[in-house]
Amino acid sequence: MSLTAFKRALWVYHLNTGSCNGCDIEILAVLTPRYDAERFGIKLVGSPRHADVLLVTGPVVRQMVARTKRIYEQTPDPKLVMAVGNCGIEGDVFHESYSLAGPIDQIIPVDVYVPGCPPRPEAIIHGVAMAWVKLEKSAKQGVA
Amino acid sequence: MAVGETEKATFTIPVGPIHPALKEPIRLALTVDGEEIVDADVFVGQVHRGIEWLGMNRNNPIQSIYTAERICGICNICHPFSFVMAVEHATGITPPPRADYIRAITAEMERIHSHLLWAGVAAHEIGFDTIFHLAWRVREEIMDLIEYVTGNRVTKAMFQIGGVRRDITEEQFPRIRQSLDYYKSIFDQLKKVFLDDKTIRMRTKNVGILKREDALKLLTCGPSGRASGVPKDVRQDQPYAAYADLDVKAITPDILTGTVVGDVYDRIIVRLLEVKQSIEIIEQCMEKMPPGPLLAQPKIAVLLKTLTKAEGEGIGRAEAPRGEVVHYVRMEAGRETLATWKVRAPTYVNLMSVPTILKGMQIADVPITFASLDPCMSCTNRVVVTDRAVGRKSVMDYERLHQLSIEKTKELQL
Repeated sequence: MSLTAFKRALWVYHLNTGSCNGCDIEILAVLTPRYDAERFGIKLVGSPRHADVLLVTGPVVRQMVARTKRIYEQTPDPKLVMAVGNCGIEGDVFHESYSLAGPIDQIIPVDVYVPGCPPRPEAIIHGVAMAWVKLEKSAKQGVA
Repeated sequence: MAVGETEKATFTIPVGPIHPALKEPIRLALTVDGEEIVDADVFVGQVHRGIEWLGMNRNNPIQSIYTAERICGICNICHPFSFVMAVEHATGITPPPRADYIRAITAEMERIHSHLLWAGVAAHEIGFDTIFHLAWRVREEIMDLIEYVTGNRVTKAMFQIGGVRRDITEEQFPRIRQSLDYYKSIFDQLKKVFLDDKTIRMRTKNVGILKREDALKLLTCGPSGRASGVPKDVRQDQPYAAYADLDVKAITPDILTGTVVGDVYDRIIVRLLEVKQSIEIIEQCMEKMPPGPLLAQPKIAVLLKTLTKAEGEGIGRAEAPRGEVVHYVRMEAGRETLATWKVRAPTYVNLMSVPTILKGMQIADVPITFASLDPCMSCTNRVVVTDRAVGRKSVMDYERLHQLSIEKTKELQL
């Protein structure tokens, strides 16, 4: 990965679809002084309409299906979806539960997977960086 | 039919997207008279994952420990803690004394991390992001210690029915002491930042008051109840694990200030003092920890067989960072899974206090007042505002609410 990918600030919207808070506190840890993702311009925003990347945690419980789709539609193109945490990727310990509609990639298309329960903050930063490279590529090709 | 009438009857409450600040989906419906809140209601259930059902239909009790750990990513010691205590109660397995001490140490480490996390979030809610970053920087030290002791930052997998899975050895004590000394050295500074700061005092004093009578009536537990002058603490009232040997007293704000107001400020005092108390408990544990085995039954196959044969019911109670957590299990002979598993997390009861503490507050005080209870599922991302006088209804998203809160801080600072 070359540093030319870091041209613009990347805005991230965090969506909790029924997560246990484990990934969510690690995402916050990424932003705070020890890991300080904001120095790369990675910033959490409060609205999906401002976001380049959707960071999705949780196994998508039934109540959140429609909302997850709606938030995905509200995010402007080009956009990328990152699934953070095992339960969003394949259900993890909740995988046979009656109240799950997920994993996330059955609801919305996912571009980057960050496995772990929860992933370490370093892994989340790495995932965002991967998403960034992918976003730059797709923006260049004009697809996205 | 008049417009005002139909609107109120048929209004569907929109649940919005989720705010980035670590919170799980929840919605509040507020009835306001101008700026003043006259009534509030809470709606939960957006993160239902069917964990109890999994414990009763798919997992054996040993597997359920790890599911219990994932009930909440912040309190993932106290849930397996009370779960294993419930199973031990039902089966009559007694953990060895050393395991009891290791359990208490990890539980107190969790309390330190959870309270510091809360302190940061509370500061964020009043728009004081400097303190948010400060608190989270300070919190990384305990996260390092947790990782050093248990092997992971968040989900620790320390618990096993009849003991713990990892030892805390003498060689690890200096490293543990180093972290505890760090917190002791900065404690006065933290106290000054959180209790003497003008902005924090202005935004938290006499805000979100929960009177002692109300706290008793609404069964508010944990630090929120103690801040209202209810000296209830499971560690003190019904000591479990190693707590019977240790010196634990419920902390109420009058220890520091001499009076109990029951406002947000008092909740900050209680949580801050509890961080100090947890440090002292870990130190006591390290002094008193007896040698011995870690597990009552080290062979998992034998343990599983005992659990399958077991019959009976059990209750496990533990003091989580947010209050009392109760796990109830019922076991049937010949059944591999649990027959019944019921979890009662502290936030269930603490949410009942939300309408009481919000009444009479301004809309801009909602984020900090709501967060002051440290609700485990908390996302005031969208709030329905019903203006009683005008009959006007509008939807306020979290950002707008947060903005109002920041504006209020700025106004007060002028």
